[in-house]
Amino acid sequence: MDLARVIGRVVCTQKDESLNGRKLLLVQPLTIEGLDTGTPLVAIDAVGAGAGERIFYVTGREASFAFIPDHVPTDATIVGIVDQVNLL
Amino acid sequence: MFLGRVIGNLVATQKEPKYEGKALLLVQPVSPEGNGDGEAIVAVDSVGSGAGETVLVVIEGRSSSIAMGQKLAPANAAIVGIVDHIDWES
Amino acid sequence: MFLARVAGTVVATRKDPKLEGYKLLLVAPVDLDGNDKGGYVVAIDTVNAGYRETVIVVRGSSARMAEGMNERPVDASIIGIVDTADVDD
Repeated sequence: MDLARVIGRVVCTQKDESLNGRKLLLVQPLTIEGLDTGTPLVAIDAVGAGAGERIFYVTGREASFAFIPDHVPTDATIVGIVDQVNLL
Repeated sequence: MFLGRVIGNLVATQKEPKYEGKALLLVQPVSPEGNGDGEAIVAVDSVGSGAGETVLVVIEGRSSSIAMGQKLAPANAAIVGIVDHIDWES
Repeated sequence: MFLARVAGTVVATRKDPKLEGYKLLLVAPVDLDGNDKGGYVVAIDTVNAGYRETVIVVRGSSARMAEGMNERPVDASIIGIVDTADVDD
């Protein structure tokens, strides 16, 4: 799983039916120091994340497991909102 | 599996229900010699590892679920062992 | 699957109970001439591979298809010891 910051929201009127009522967020991957790294991606929100919040997300097939028993075609899902990062 | 060093932890109150009660650690992948190798990741810890320890990490969905004691958890990285020592000839 | 050379062992006393009793080996991927390709993987040994032997390693969810690995948290298994690998010219 990786860290990212919520930088926006994507609205799609026409979309896969299983995406109805789900929040599509634009997230910017972050290094552990909190710096931007790589390009932003679209992730489905499973935890009620909001604008500017630091989150962690899971990619790949496992991303869809957050919505079981629903079948949601996602390869990136926000699974936690980060309150604090403690580095050694 | 690969080797990693625990370099920190995450506090996340609001998280996907299957993560409840699981520690979330920041892990820096390392070479067998202990040198940092690539970007740090977030991994679920099921063995009670701590800061600075070298750990064994699986990066795969089902394995992570098994380590978390869940059927299908939305996770793809888990710490499954704490490394005591490595014998290695490069 | 890929070919690799057994380059070391990893000892971990505290580990997931489902890994108890299994040998963890450090393997270095090699090309067909036996030269190191760089990097390493920690793999579960299911065939009693030994130090410096060339082995076949399977990664990902297929690693759990190896003998006895079902329902264990592994993503790399050694599933064969290579006797010879010949390439047709």
